[in-house]
Parts: sequence; C-alpha cells; structure tokens
Amino acid sequence: MTRRKDWIWGWLLIAPALVFIFLFTHYPAVMTIGESFWSTPRGGRPSRFVGLHNYERLIHDPTFWQVLGNNVLYAVVTIPASIVLAMVMAVLVNRPFRGRALARMAFFTPTILPLIAVANIWVFFYLPGFGLIDQILGLFGIGQTNLLGSTATALPAVMVVSVWKEAGFFMIFYLAALQAIPPQLVEAARIEGAGRWTIFRRITFPLLMPTTLFVSINAVINAFRLVDHIFILTGGGPDNASSLLLFYIYETSFRYWDTAYGATLTVVLLALLCLLAIGQFFLFDRKVHYR
Amino acid sequence: MFGPMIKGAAGAAALALLAAMPARAADAVNLQFYFPVAVGGGAANVIQSLTDDYEKAHPEVKIDPIYAGSYQDTIAKVITAARGGNAPQIAVALSTDMFTLLDDNLILPFDDYAKGDEGKKWLGGFYPAFMENSQLDGKTYGIPFQRSTPVLYWNKDAFKAAGLNPEKAPQTWAEMAEDAKKLTRRDASGNVTQWGIRIPTQGFPYWLFQGLVAENGGKLANAEGTETYFDSKPVVEALQYLVDLSTKDKAMEPGLTGWGSAPKAFFEGQIAMMWTTTGNLTNVRKNAPFPFGVAMLPKMKSRGAPTGGGNFYLFKGSSPEQLTAAVKFIEWITAPEQSAKWTMATGYVAPRPATWDTPTMQKYAEDFPPVLVARDQLKYAVAELSTHENQRVTQILNDGLEAAITGQKTPEQAMKEAQKKADAILAAYR
Repeated sequence: MTRRKDWIWGWLLIAPALVFIFLFTHYPAVMTIGESFWSTPRGGRPSRFVGLHNYERLIHDPTFWQVLGNNVLYAVVTIPASIVLAMVMAVLVNRPFRGRALARMAFFTPTILPLIAVANIWVFFYLPGFGLIDQILGLFGIGQTNLLGSTATALPAVMVVSVWKEAGFFMIFYLAALQAIPPQLVEAARIEGAGRWTIFRRITFPLLMPTTLFVSINAVINAFRLVDHIFILTGGGPDNASSLLLFYIYETSFRYWDTAYGATLTVVLLALLCLLAIGQFFLFDRKVHYR
Repeated sequence: MFGPMIKGAAGAAALALLAAMPARAADAVNLQFYFPVAVGGGAANVIQSLTDDYEKAHPEVKIDPIYAGSYQDTIAKVITAARGGNAPQIAVALSTDMFTLLDDNLILPFDDYAKGDEGKKWLGGFYPAFMENSQLDGKTYGIPFQRSTPVLYWNKDAFKAAGLNPEKAPQTWAEMAEDAKKLTRRDASGNVTQWGIRIPTQGFPYWLFQGLVAENGGKLANAEGTETYFDSKPVVEALQYLVDLSTKDKAMEPGLTGWGSAPKAFFEGQIAMMWTTTGNLTNVRKNAPFPFGVAMLPKMKSRGAPTGGGNFYLFKGSSPEQLTAAVKFIEWITAPEQSAKWTMATGYVAPRPATWDTPTMQKYAEDFPPVLVARDQLKYAVAELSTHENQRVTQILNDGLEAAITGQKTPEQAMKEAQKKADAILAAYR
C-alpha cells in the first residue's frame, strides 16, 4: 500500500517537469518528424502527404550540403580550439599571481555578454578600413581587409568570434576541476622528480577528462545550436559561405515560410545531434577516468 | 491530448489579462499597427507622435503602434501572428512582400474600403512608380508610406582634389567608372586610402543591382511575379559592370561591402562616392564634414532606379468597423501635412505629389534642394523585384550576385544558375 502511494507521489512530483518536457521538447520533435512527410500549405493549396519527397529534395539541394559542410568544418575547428584555449587559460589563472582576479574576469567577460552584443562588437572589429583589425594592420603597412565580405574568410571570421565567446565559459569548468585535483598528487610527482609537462600529461590532463567530456558535449551542441551571431555578422553570406544548418533552417521556415522543408532540415539536425551525443557517451566515456 | 489543456490554460490567462487591463472606452475601436524601422534617427518616435495626434483628434479610435524590428522581423512577426489567428489590422511591410501575403491569403484590397470619388481620388494620388509593387489585377493591396529610392552621393572636396569638376556628378556608367578610377588614391606602398565608389552589397545586393539593370534597359521579373529574367543579356551585362568596378577598374573595394558602414566611410573620406538610399539624406546632411552633392544614378541606355521600402497593408480577420477605422487612419497619415512631417524627419520620399505642394515641404526643399533629386528620379523608377515566394527568389538572386561579386563564379554562370533555381520555384505559379 505505502509502496503504491510512493509511486503515485513520485509521478506527481515529476509531473510538472514531465509535462513541460513533453509539451516543448518531445511533442514538437515528433510533430516535426510527421510534418517532414507533408507539403507546405500555401494559400489555396492545403498540405498533402508527399512521402519522402522532402528528403529527396534535400539530397539534391546544394545549399543544404554546403551549410552542412560549413557546420561540420565549424564544429571541427571551433570545438578543439575553444577547449584547448579554455584549458590553457584555466591552467594560467589557477596559479597565484598578481592581478589573478583581473585576468580571470577578463577571460570570463565574453561569456556574460549576450552573443548578439558580442557579434556587434566584432562587426566593428572587422569593418573594412576603420575597424580595429584594419587599424592595427595599418600600423604595419598592410592595406584594407574585407574579412566578412569575402567567401574565403567569412566563415573563419565567424569561427573566431565563437571561439572567443565559448572559451571563457569552458574555462570556468576547468578552473573548478583543477581546484578539485588533490595537491598531494602533484607534490608526490615532484618528489619523484617529474617535470611540469609530465605532471600535466600524467596527472592533470587525465583528471580533467570528465570535465572535458562534459565540456565537449556542450561544445558540440553549441556548434549546432548557436547561430545568433551569424544574423549580425554576415547573414549567412557571401553566397551561403558562412551559413550554418540552424541558420538555414530559420531562413527556410521563417523567411521563405517553407515549413515542411524546414521540418525536414530539422529532422536532419535532430538525428545528427542524437548520433553525436550517443557517440560521445559510448565511445568517449570509456576513456574518461572517474575517481 | 494536450489540446484542451492548452486551451484551458490560454483561456485562464486571457481572462486574467482582461481583468488586469484598465477599462477602456467601451465603444472605442482598437487597432494594432506593426511597423519596422530601417533607417537611423527617431523614426519610431515620429510614428508614435503621429498616432498620438490621431488619437487626440479621433477619441473613438485607439491605436497600438508596435515597433517590430527590421523589415524581415516585421514580416515574420506579422505572418506568425496572422497564422495564429491574431492578425493586426495594419502593418507596414516591404512593398515586395505583396505576393507572399496574397499567396497566404492574409491581406485585403483597399478598394473595398476607400469607396466613392473621394476614395478613388486618394488611391489615384500616389506616384505611379510607387504603385507598381502595390497593385495586382486592378486592385490596390499596398499604400506607399516609407518609400525610398537610391541616389548617388559625392564628396565635392575629393572631386576637387582629383582634378574633377566638384559641381558635376557622373552622368553615365562610363563617366562614373572613369571618375571612380581618378578618385581612387593609393599610398606609397600601394594600399588604397580612398576608394572611388561604393555600391553596398552586403545582405541584399539585389536592391541596388536593380538600378543597374533598369539603366541597362533590362528587367528582372514580369509584373505577374511568375517569371524572372536573371540570365538575360542586360542583367548579365549589368552584373559585369558592377564586378568590373572592383576587378578591372580597381575603384571599388572587392568583396561584399556594408550598408550601415557606408555613410561612415563616406564621412571619413574612405569612399568618394556612394550609392545609397535617400533614407540617409538627413544623416549625411547632419554629419558630412565636407560639401557633398546628391545626384540621380548614372545612365547606360536610360536613367533608372529601383524603389524600395514599406507599404501599409490591411489584414483579414478583423471586424468591418476595425477595417474601416484602419483605412481612415491610413488616409490620414498619408495626407500631405502628416506625410511632410514624416519625410522631413526621415528622408523618405513623400509618395504623393500633393505633399510636395504643401508650404512646409516647399520651404524645406528651398533650404535643401537635394531632397528633390529623389522625387525627380521617380519618373525613371521601376518596379522592385517582386515574385511569388518573393523572399526565396530574392535570396536566390542575392546568392548569385554575391557569388559573382566575390569572384566565385563569372557573372554569366552565376546568373544562369540563379535563373534555373528561380524557374524551379516559380513553375508552380505559372
């Protein structure tokens, strides 16, 4: 009897959270999958079942492949770059030195700024002619650049902004993890005569692995989820050179109002994220050292 | 499963809101009015003060003006609201979104509400160039409001320094390319310190490009919005001219160049001429530290320029009283006195000849003759690119232009591909 009561209590307690997660996460996801098999309703023409037509269109859509390629490149570059940078920054500000609080704050500031604001600051940095970057380059006699306006440099310029923004956030996790590493391990290693690099490689780095797993999952999700800065920096241009998958989904669904195709693209994004998350948990997990 | 629950919750929320709202005059007609702001300055405040004036004179009407962001944001918000059964009565959106709004069955023609001789006179009182993107099959779906057209601004000091006549703007494509070459200055190490010209291309290169196409005697689309001519000869030639300005003449910065930064670059002397909207006129007048001139866009086969900007639309889903009141308000705000106020505050071209005849406007033009350039250019203005599924077709053209401008494709190849993509979409509407 009491057991059954507990059971009801349990469900009642998680009910509010469950309702919201179903309402705003699972239900839309299932609806999206359903919608991807239908056509977009337009004025006089109601939506009709089209089977796999939207997926066929996807396979033949060069823009889709381009933005997917961009997104993969974006992830492959920004994730390791921001993780390495975060780790280096965390190790730097973990030691006592004068102005440590200031350095920590400086590294963390990009994180507390909204991405839109960050993007607007960087738009100014990148401005041809009188932007910060061109002014600095000008001191060395290098002429005007147009980083956001050229196909080759638009995506890298967007990547720099996201690394700059993300690294400080990840640094906080590494900093917390570093402070949780027992100092006697390092002391013992020193007594054994281990050098700095050996200590980092054999003690610090392995003990940071759980944090690295956590951070890298976040980084992967963010690489596919954060596109705010693209609206400000390039609008996806030139010729989709800096467009990412989610940005393309937004454009398709809310600019072109092709909601069915937008749903199809969303299904691809969902599948991709599921795959990545599963892969990370099952493959990466084995290499992570938990205490 | 969740349907009834959501409805219940929404109902409760609505009740709570109703209870919380201050009691309004029971018989007042309420109107919602979404508008975008696309130029600097206090455009939003001017709209607010105009609606306040109207409410003062017409206590039976309550207007709720809602600033909705950029043109893109506004159209997205309006369509979302309308699809959710909560359409505003009035919204200002791009004139070119007419087909999109019609395809979604969201808007009403003004003819049904502006009846009789007076209504006809009102609808007939706008510049024909502005009505081209506002009418279909003899019905008027858009009322021109914040409309603009691009003009050429030039720095007279830079012209003098380059040995050109500072009072004479280039009149033809060839002259413009020549002048731009002479105006481009390099330092000892070959880096450019002043570009001859900027035709901004970032984000929506199609807009200014339409001017080049019109000047070259071409057309981008038919009036029905079902056919595009992206790979036709005049269009490809126009793109070649644009690309040549940076690659051959080396008088324009390569790559895409910004709109927002163009006036600033002009003030700083980094560009000696720029093409940009008349919506910037007041900005340039206030901030240029040198004498400047404003001219019509140069001609190739003829003069030509696109129009741009926003129209008033009337949305379905409201009571006849609301719609009648909405049209009354639009009639009022486009009347000469109000229209003059709006033009002087922003630089938008007053869309009715009657506005230019008011003493306020005449005095303004006397003090500052450049405002007349845009008006006089209107007789050469062409309809803006507007098709079914307009946003997408326009983006296809943008992508093609960007590919050519950044040197990824030749103009011909880029336009051929764009035409193919546009055909695939528009085939359904033919």
